[in-house]
Formats: sequence, structure tokens, C-alpha cells
Amino acid sequence: MYKILRYSFYDLMRSRWTYFYFGFFLLFTLALLFLSSDVGKVIISLMNVILVLVPLIATMFGIMFYYNSREFTELLLAQQLSRTQLFLGQYLGLALSLSASLLLGVGLPFLFYGIFFSAEIGNFIVLLLNGVLLSFIFSGMAFWIALRHENRIKGFGLAIMMWLFFAVIYDGIFLLLLMWFSDYPLEYVSLGASLLNPVDLSRILILLKLDISALMGYTGAVFEKFLGTGLGIALSFLSLGFWILLPTANIRRVALTKDF
Amino acid sequence: MIDIINLHKRFGKLQVLQGINLEFRDQGKITAVLGPNGSGKTTLIKCILGMVLPEEGEIWVGGKSIRGESAYRSRIGYLPQIAQFPNNLTVQEVIRLIKTIRGEGANEQPLIDLFGLSPYLDKRLSALSGGTKQKVNLTLALMYDSPILILDEPTAGLDPIALIRLKDFIRQEKQKGKHILITTHIISLVEELADEIVFLLEGKIYFRGAPGQLKAQYGEEDLEHAIAAILTSQPKNGHNGHPPAETARLKSQTLQPAFSIK
Repeated sequence: MYKILRYSFYDLMRSRWTYFYFGFFLLFTLALLFLSSDVGKVIISLMNVILVLVPLIATMFGIMFYYNSREFTELLLAQQLSRTQLFLGQYLGLALSLSASLLLGVGLPFLFYGIFFSAEIGNFIVLLLNGVLLSFIFSGMAFWIALRHENRIKGFGLAIMMWLFFAVIYDGIFLLLLMWFSDYPLEYVSLGASLLNPVDLSRILILLKLDISALMGYTGAVFEKFLGTGLGIALSFLSLGFWILLPTANIRRVALTKDF
Repeated sequence: MIDIINLHKRFGKLQVLQGINLEFRDQGKITAVLGPNGSGKTTLIKCILGMVLPEEGEIWVGGKSIRGESAYRSRIGYLPQIAQFPNNLTVQEVIRLIKTIRGEGANEQPLIDLFGLSPYLDKRLSALSGGTKQKVNLTLALMYDSPILILDEPTAGLDPIALIRLKDFIRQEKQKGKHILITTHIISLVEELADEIVFLLEGKIYFRGAPGQLKAQYGEEDLEHAIAAILTSQPKNGHNGHPPAETARLKSQTLQPAFSIK
């Protein structure tokens, strides 16, 4: 599996889209750091971009990577590799190269800025960690969708819908529910609902870490009370871990029963 | 070496293989798997490689069932039909990748020389023409000394010189005692190389035997017409599985490339 992982990683690290992705984060982070002297604010701005863009790019990369390497995958399937090794290797190579672009693109400017001597280092690490987790989650989901659907247009469509659902539609439904049932105490319901969406969960984790949950009113207080505790942190990371495990397990399951 | 027992495969509503029984035991033999488009040739090959999973039936390679196995594939050199490689890698890197997966024993240099690939080794695969990609594909499939070679349309896109060299190479491999399975639509290739023909039609084995036997059975002088006779279907027992329109379609699909090459 390591061989396939390494090859996928190098293949992607040389793709111009990877450079583009890396370059975008590099320039964007540099620009933000130049424009603002408040690292906390830069981290919030970056958070908003990362929470939307990282899932989108990971989704697109996941779908494109699978479909582009479809025929080569057939050649690899004819070697003495098990399917689990092959597909998990490809997926991990993909997720790691995406993570590397993000970490370097955002990390390098902050490194030169001297983030290690700043009080914001903890927040910064939480931001990056969430970006990496989102890369793994969404590239995995996209890889799973691509593996399930031979029809590329259908696969693309479904993957974009999946991203749209988690990034936009879920929040819309969530807000509507909060409005309709505003007479009821919904703090714990919304807490539960947030755990079910990796994008929301990441956002809340970062906001809590940045200590601006007071802006979220009473719900924010409930969140902080819950997620600030050891149990809360454990549960949210467990939930993100589950979101990685879900596509990974399904990639393996589909790969073992699929005809190529 | 390869035993196929009662193999069934369906894709959705389409029954592609319907009870295939085959065994390939002899060493140093070239078997051509023929049949019109959609007759199940590639599916059969992919079943042997474990890429397509049959609903029913068993395949044994080297005396062991292949179900859930992957190690047996080190004994098979496989040439896939469509050569498509990761665009960001160079020829050299792809060869190295297959070598890291398959391990020791690769002997790619003679093939690189044979197909004149040296100038392309440092080029990215996305920059290569279709024929050159096929040469890379062939190099990857043939660079190991595997006792079984499975070649799906090996001549696709090759120039005449490469074609002659490939045929010589296949003959040499046969001399070494390998079992070689070839699918092709190029009948002249079959006539030149094959010791045995397996003709698939609608997922069943319609004929198996030496090329001479096929010609004799259908009373034709050359293989091309014998195969045309199978498809227009007048074997002596009067069996005809196809309506006339279907037969004409099958005939044109199968034989046109052969005529154009000749």
C-alpha cells in the first residue's frame, strides 16, 4: 500500500492543479498577513475560505484523480496487489498531497511571520488540523462516489451536490428548522446536528478555539460548555474521525466487490 | 496452468459469459481468443486476472483457486486493451513503479531497444503518441519472465516495424514454454501466430481447436472466410444463433479491421 501511496502522492505533487492550489493559499495568506496586523483576524478570514474551499477542491481532486487514473488503475489491478492496498493507497496519496499543499501554502507565510512566537499558535494549529481533516473527509467521499459511478458526469454531479449539501444546503435546512421550532429549546438538537456535518463541526471547533463563541449567544454558551470539556473535544474529534472512516470503509467495500 | 470451470458473468441485464469451461495446460502455446465485439473476450480475460468477479464458476491458476487471491498475478504478464497512464509521470517512472510493485526480475532493456523507446524514457506520458504509449504498455506487460502472458489487442496502434518485432518477440516467448493468450480482430496475426483458436459467441465457446481445423470444418481456404462463415453461420449442423441483420452487423464489426489491415 505504501508504494501506491507514494506513487499517487508524487503523481499529484507534480500536477499543475496542485501547484495552483498551493499558490492560491500562499498568495491569499500572504495578502491577508500584509493587510492585517491582527493574526486572530487573519485566522478567521482564512477559516472562512478554508471551510468552503478545502472541501470543494478536495471533492474535485478526488473525482478527477479517480477518473483520470481509471485505465492505469486497471494495469495496477493486474499486478499482485490486493484491491484494498491499491485503492486505500491511492486515496491516502491523494489526501496527503492535498494536505501538503494546504499546509505549505498556509503554513509558510505564517512561519515567516513568526507564528511560533505568537500567542495565536494554538488557534493556527487547530485551523490547519481542521483543514487537513476536511481534505481527508471530502477527497474520500469524492473517491467513494467516483468508485461507485462509472458514468463520469453522474459522478461529478453527485460529488458537487455532496459538497453543496454540506457547505450550503445543510446550513440552510438547519436555520429553517431553528426558525420553525424557535419556541423550543434547540441547543442540544443543534449541537447534535452540527456533529453530523464535518464543515459545521470544523467551523464551531475553530470559533470556540478563537474564543469568540460569545457572539453566538446562548447557543454558543451551550456549545462552549459542551465542546470545551474533555468529553466535548473527544466527541467532536471522534465525529470527524467517523467522517474519515465512513468513506474509507466504503471505498474498501466497493473496491472489493466492483468489476473493472 | 489455467482452469476455468463453468464461468458465468452478467452486467446488469446483459449475460456476458454463459458457462465457459476452458483449460490451458500446454506449455509453449499461443491461444487466440476470438469473437465479435461484445462476445465476452475481454470479460473472460479480466475474470482470469480477478478484475471482473464472476457470479458463478471458478478459475484456478497454477492449481489454486484465484478467489480473493492476488499473489498469483505475479505469474501473469497482462497487456490491457487501452493504454492510458498517469500524465504527470515519465516513461522511466512508470516502469520503475511497476518494478517496485512486482519486485526483482524485470528485464526491460531488451524491450526498450526492441521498440526504440530510449528517446522517450524521460518524456511525460501525456506527451506520447498512441502508438508509443502502446509500446510502453507492451514493455510493462512483457518485461517480466511470467509463465502466462495475456495480451488484449497487442497490435493496436503499432507501426509495421514494431509489429514485426512484436511478433518475433511473441514467438520467442512461446519457445521459452510460456502460455500466451491473445485477443485480436486482426486475423492475419492469428494465422501467423496462433496454435489454437477459442471462438466466443454470445458468451459461449462456439469453437475450440487449431486454425486448420476451423478452416476444414467450414470448408474455407483461409481463416478470414472461415470466421466469416461462423458469423454468417452455416455450420453443417444448420445451427444459426443470429437473425440475418445481427449476423451482418457482427460480421462487419469483426472482419472490417482485418480486411483493412491486409
